[in-house]
Amino acid sequence: MDMAGSHTHDIGVNRRASFTGLWVLLAASTMVFAAFSSAFVVRRGLSDDWAAMHKPPVLFVNTLVLLASSVVLDQSRTALRSGNRSGFNLWWTIATGLGILFLCGQGVAWYQLKEAGVFVSTNPSSSFFYVLTAAHAFHLVGGVAALLYVDVQAWRLRLGPAKRTAIDVTAIFWHFLDGLWLYLMILFYVWG
Amino acid sequence: MSSSSVEHAHAGHHAPTGFIRKYVFSLDHKVIGIQYYFLGLFSVFVGMTLSVLMRYHMVNPNVAVSWFSVLWPHAAQGGVMTPELYLSLMTMHGTIMVFFVLTTVPQGGFGNYFLPIQIGAEDMAFPVLNMMSFWTTFIALVVMIAAFFVDGGAPLSGWTAYPPLSGAGPATGPGEGMGQNLWILSIAIFCGASLMGAINFIATTVDLRCKGMTLMRMPLTCWTWLVTAILGLLGFAVLLSAGVLLLLDRTVGTSFFLPAGLMISDRIITAHKGGSPLLWQHLFWFFGHPEVYIAILPGMGVTSQLLSTFSRKPIFGYKAMVYAILSIGFLGFLVWGHHMFMSGMNPYSAMAFSILTMCIGVPSAIKTFNWIGTLWNGKIHFDTAMMFALGFVSLFVTGGVSGIFLGQPALDLYFHDTYFVVGHFHMIMGVAAIFGMFAGTFYWFPKASGRMLNEPMGKLHFYLTFIGVYAIFTPMHYLGLAGNPRRYSAFTDVEYLGKLIPVHQFMSYAAYFTAAVQIIFVINLFWSIFKGPKAPDNPWKSTTLEWAIPSPPPFDNFGGVHPVVYHGPYEYSVPGAETDFIMQTDPPSQVHSVV
Repeated sequence: MDMAGSHTHDIGVNRRASFTGLWVLLAASTMVFAAFSSAFVVRRGLSDDWAAMHKPPVLFVNTLVLLASSVVLDQSRTALRSGNRSGFNLWWTIATGLGILFLCGQGVAWYQLKEAGVFVSTNPSSSFFYVLTAAHAFHLVGGVAALLYVDVQAWRLRLGPAKRTAIDVTAIFWHFLDGLWLYLMILFYVWG
Repeated sequence: MSSSSVEHAHAGHHAPTGFIRKYVFSLDHKVIGIQYYFLGLFSVFVGMTLSVLMRYHMVNPNVAVSWFSVLWPHAAQGGVMTPELYLSLMTMHGTIMVFFVLTTVPQGGFGNYFLPIQIGAEDMAFPVLNMMSFWTTFIALVVMIAAFFVDGGAPLSGWTAYPPLSGAGPATGPGEGMGQNLWILSIAIFCGASLMGAINFIATTVDLRCKGMTLMRMPLTCWTWLVTAILGLLGFAVLLSAGVLLLLDRTVGTSFFLPAGLMISDRIITAHKGGSPLLWQHLFWFFGHPEVYIAILPGMGVTSQLLSTFSRKPIFGYKAMVYAILSIGFLGFLVWGHHMFMSGMNPYSAMAFSILTMCIGVPSAIKTFNWIGTLWNGKIHFDTAMMFALGFVSLFVTGGVSGIFLGQPALDLYFHDTYFVVGHFHMIMGVAAIFGMFAGTFYWFPKASGRMLNEPMGKLHFYLTFIGVYAIFTPMHYLGLAGNPRRYSAFTDVEYLGKLIPVHQFMSYAAYFTAAVQIIFVINLFWSIFKGPKAPDNPWKSTTLEWAIPSPPPFDNFGGVHPVVYHGPYEYSVPGAETDFIMQTDPPSQVHSVV
């Protein structure tokens, strides 16, 4: 993420600032989902029109895909640490592919819901399902863009020390989205 | 491979030369700060014009003004404003002032310009993000202003946009169609911009401080910008979520906030059921209360800086000030319920919110007493910047004291929908924060422009504005006690309100007067930018880092030198020192040579 690379400081300062920026970003995202969650709980508790919605089973496949992408992503970072650049490139590309696959899987889930006649305004449970999955997907699009950026840089052999920060920041962001998705699954299946 | 990043690292040392890269899409935090400032200056005049129109209408509800019908062919047919038009002016006045002035100028404007310099950094941590943050704010403003020009005009649900009014669509009034959609969209965009800004402010403060600039050597301005950024980060994220839900209620027929059985203009609305308008209030005020501190904290920072500088004394209780700022920020997230005492909440909840609200009085009082302690026995220089800082303290106390009344649920039930509240929040959040901005402008203008503002004009502007704002907002407390409801567009049809109209007339005249005298400031500002006398590097004999560099500062702030800090930010009148101020960058040997 060149955007993170401010122009006048050394790489160490840049790296620290990038991590601080990342944690701050994660705090903001957490607040977004905390707000949605609190609205979810309040809305569910306040009224009697909440009906548990049917969730497409493909969500479990998607969950596995996303978890796998996180595991593979760390595999690639391990490869890089041991100097195995081609291994890094390969694993990172697979992780990116899995990330894109997850997004496609979410699209399938939405399509199946649509076919089953479950829309955003059908019931508050479906409203929250669409809002939360869309907000998560929105974050994921950003994550995939970062993964692709690192991937292109890697294949073009342009992973200098400054880019290592981009790798770590992207990976942490991706793991965060992974954990966030697990949280959402629990929310959907326990209370949705 | 790494050569490209090295080149990249060096590229930043050279100032851009093209007009667009230098002044429009600039990455320089100083240019971005000025852009924010002028965006706020434009907005404040839009907002002020709206308030003058409102004040005119309130005391002349039936007088036809020909150009009203030109501006609003539908909402002011024959030149007489409809009550709905009044409400849309009120909504836009509040929204523009809160978001595009109070949130934007103290943080985006002054903070952007002076945070990096005061902590010894060459720029913000993420310059591209910084630029994007400004231009996103700009787009948000354009979208907001566009709400005036769409079918039905601007929304009328107030800056708090309470559903059902804000959620049920055009049936609830003109402006509740596309106008309200644009309002929500603009706020959502603004939230995005604020988050980008917050990331930059926090990362810059945490990681880019120069050698020797420990946290406890940071000027109090930097502390307030940091805490403001944290509040913005956590608050705007929640507002963004709430805005998304509200927009969905309006556009795709969800029922997050809209209950069943709504009756609008004799029609039952069947599209929604089960939603909770109170849910919006909770989400909104979870953002909304910290927003008050977003507006006022930077003003407190500027005031602290100025009172110390112009009293030639160290700030009284620096550490206490820092902890007070932090606790105000923390407590600010626990008191949102005091905006909702009227909502029928459980009295025990109300009591908890009330007690926590009272708790905020403690750090606020610490700050106020420390300001007075700073002034005590000081060699006070009454420059215009200092006058505005003193004005800030005055307004902060006046507005704060009425807050103690409003924080009592039993009293708030009576006061809540009256002018008492209007008087309270205008004093503390509106005018006090504006005085902080004026103070900052007079203090930092020489640094940013390299020229001095005109002092006699500044003083005149100060006195007239100070008298003017007290004349507008003090009577509001009296009106509130007399039971005058807020949000009414006219008072002619209610007998007991009719007797209060003379007070309203006085306030309206005061408002016209105060708005008019702002022209003095505008003339002073623009005349001085071009014709003001040249400013020295350190005209106020201040100690912080921005005064150790030329006026205006070079592109990378310190001319390629990495500053080193040896002193706290407010070392004035140190016994045994050569001068009555010690710059933060003065080496220790130089300071004590006279001892």
